[in-house]
Amino acid sequence: MNPVNRRSFLKTGAAVGGGLVLGFQLPVKGQAQSASPLKLNAFVKVGTDDTVTLEIHKSEMGQGTVTSLSQLLAEELECDWKKIRTEFPGVEPVYGSPMMGTYGSLSIRTSWQPLRQAGAAAREMLMQAAAQRWNVDKSQCRAENNAVVNTATKARLTYGSLAEAAAKLPAPANVPLKTAAQYKLIGTSPKRLDTPAKVNGTAGFGIDVRRPGMLYASLERCPVFGGKVASFDATKAKTVPGVKNVVQISNGVAVIADNTWSAMEGRKALLIKWDEGKWANVSTPGLRQEWAALAAKPGQSVRKAGDAAATFAGAAKKVEAVYEAPYLSHAPMEPLNATVEVRPDGCDIWVASQIQSAAQQVAAQITGLPADKCLIHTQYLGGGFGRRGGADYVGEAVEIAKAMSPAPVQLTWTREDDLQHDTYRPASYVKFAAGLDAQGAPVSFSARIVCPPFGGNGTAVEGIQDMKYAIPNVQVDYTAPATGTPVSYWRSVGYSQNTYFMEAFLDEMAAAAGADPVEFRRKLLTGTPRLLNVLNIAADKGDWGKPLPAGRFRGVAVVNNIGSFNAQVAEVSVSQGKVKVHRVVCAVDCGQVINPAIVEAQIQSGIVYGLSTVTKLGITLDKGRVVQKNFNNYDPIRIDEMPVVEVHIVPSRENPGGIGEASTPTIVPAVVNAVYAATKKRARMLPIKAADLV
Amino acid sequence: MAAVKFTLNGKSQTVDVVPQMPLLWVLRDSLGMTGTKFGCGMALCGACTVHINGQPTRSCVTQVATVEGKSVTTIEGLSPDSSHPVQRAWIEADVPQCGYCQSGQIMTAAALVAKTTDPSDSDIDEAMRGNLCRCGTYQSIRQAVHLAARYQRGDAR
Repeated sequence: MNPVNRRSFLKTGAAVGGGLVLGFQLPVKGQAQSASPLKLNAFVKVGTDDTVTLEIHKSEMGQGTVTSLSQLLAEELECDWKKIRTEFPGVEPVYGSPMMGTYGSLSIRTSWQPLRQAGAAAREMLMQAAAQRWNVDKSQCRAENNAVVNTATKARLTYGSLAEAAAKLPAPANVPLKTAAQYKLIGTSPKRLDTPAKVNGTAGFGIDVRRPGMLYASLERCPVFGGKVASFDATKAKTVPGVKNVVQISNGVAVIADNTWSAMEGRKALLIKWDEGKWANVSTPGLRQEWAALAAKPGQSVRKAGDAAATFAGAAKKVEAVYEAPYLSHAPMEPLNATVEVRPDGCDIWVASQIQSAAQQVAAQITGLPADKCLIHTQYLGGGFGRRGGADYVGEAVEIAKAMSPAPVQLTWTREDDLQHDTYRPASYVKFAAGLDAQGAPVSFSARIVCPPFGGNGTAVEGIQDMKYAIPNVQVDYTAPATGTPVSYWRSVGYSQNTYFMEAFLDEMAAAAGADPVEFRRKLLTGTPRLLNVLNIAADKGDWGKPLPAGRFRGVAVVNNIGSFNAQVAEVSVSQGKVKVHRVVCAVDCGQVINPAIVEAQIQSGIVYGLSTVTKLGITLDKGRVVQKNFNNYDPIRIDEMPVVEVHIVPSRENPGGIGEASTPTIVPAVVNAVYAATKKRARMLPIKAADLV
Repeated sequence: MAAVKFTLNGKSQTVDVVPQMPLLWVLRDSLGMTGTKFGCGMALCGACTVHINGQPTRSCVTQVATVEGKSVTTIEGLSPDSSHPVQRAWIEADVPQCGYCQSGQIMTAAALVAKTTDPSDSDIDEAMRGNLCRCGTYQSIRQAVHLAARYQRGDAR
């Protein structure tokens, strides 16, 4: 995806308290030049008290966006890092049009130009105000450390003292940006701005919102996807201490109480008859059979080069395999929740959301209010991973709050709700065939992908359809099976399963060729030099080919997703079928780095998120119901399973790539391939069970 | 409803609630102290960890009646100014990502360094394995616990 390059039609206005507001383009419904900063699409506010407030229009879910976006603004603004405050603004077109949200590892990519422009334009206005104060030309002024300096007299005027005058000036367009050699903040790792609040309990997550008179809700949903309430009896639930009311909404029955626990207890006392609908007999073994039958036939062609079938038929060596991946739940640590107050004239929604526009739209639909009367107050996200891109939980809370209007209501999901009513990473089934020539070079590659459709075009096939290996004859087909299980984006999206399939099968091809897995890839990646480069770095830093302690084995994998490139070498041992990952070496090229410490943290994070799926996580269905209920049977990796992760970042001046989803796909096949090296067994289905390896 | 009296972050506290109500929800909903987090409700993730008489305890499965007369410390009471060695180490190592599990991680780590002056990696794994982190901050947590132990011992400032 190309970065959005918002052109610099700048607007200014006086902020409340006499500060400077600066925003981009698109005046909102006649409110341009008005007095309120929050209505002016602002990125930068300067207070007369010398504070600088930056509007962070991307949700903070741990990926460091509060800090890294502030670095982009502050780099050009020349403000004092210690005086920065940040805010999450409401929904405005300038913050994302037609959709305000945080997804696709796009925050840096889409903010890289406009936020530096916003910082630069604000700085120029402060300098212009100083020049007017001194009655000198602006070229005689220099901005540094929250002040403008007169280079001739060495006089200084603080940003705070200039804010009111600067706010009255027109915004300059097309201010030249610094060259890379001039960066002071970009490429460095200042301490994260959100850390202090996250070590003393004061960071405000969605679930921490407390409003006067607020009630607490818990919602019982049909255990089968798409099912509905046939009838219910709330008599007993209403006798539970603390329970205030029981209301039916579109997808269940909500218990409202004066505290969360009473709402959950009241919910247990509900008697509900469900109309389970048409998916009540779905089970995982049945789906696998159906999808295997679909994969036996060609699907829709999504990539074709040469004649894969004919060259496969004539190949000296043939490799065929079927791979499968399960549904996965996101399971962010903060259970889903939303706090909503519905009044006749408006609606307030306090929520940890990845797509604020969707939350606003769903609130407008349910309440019948205009969208601009549905105000979204973004809170810190206790993990997102794609789950909080949905607005299902917001809609539920709005329905309940509408029934309880004007009381504010907080709906909190339990962990069981979270695992059983997710919008899942889809399960997937792939049938591969490859042909090698007599020298072991691949001449034919084909894949038939069966995966429920989700998201935009190509998401179900990305990672295979766009594979970078130079193979002359390629055929990739896609078939969408019908299912009732809700699916959506999960960290790294289609790459999360397809990179596992692709890189594990490529290892099978290398083995059939009798080739070293790194060397085999090198020969096929000469057309993608940045991918080849990270492969070489990971192999070198990961000691590929060098001796290992007894019982340890290595595996390798690469991926090019979200505009970045990464390669990983994993070191594992396998004892009685139990896989232990000791060390992971990751090389990443994500273009220009804003904050290296955050890049490293995101690489570690993505590896942990992916690694949990190799041996531990999988969602299965039985009689239309999700089997997994809590962290006892959906148990992500814990600290004692954490490998040592070493991250090597390629220095680069290319435009920034994404980072939040870069390392999740690669760890899975790197470990699977290392397990093959250890056991000569291919894990063609996840999660790996010990019995599969002994 | 029943009155339960205990010490909360050094001060006497009385609550009048259903005695079976988990301490977690008393803290969060009755007292408005939201630093202690709900993650699973079954003592599986550690997000709700508090100290009861100094012991790290899962408040989501601790009925409030059982803390009668005891001393409860939450993340809000660990220090008045984030100066506890574990908090200082967490800041120095920039441990949190989303941050949601970190109150529980910090409370568990604080109990560890209070009794183990120089924890090994395996001591840390053993003490901390009950605390899930979906952001995968485990490597930073290990590093920060070692640093916190040094602060606690006075080896580092």
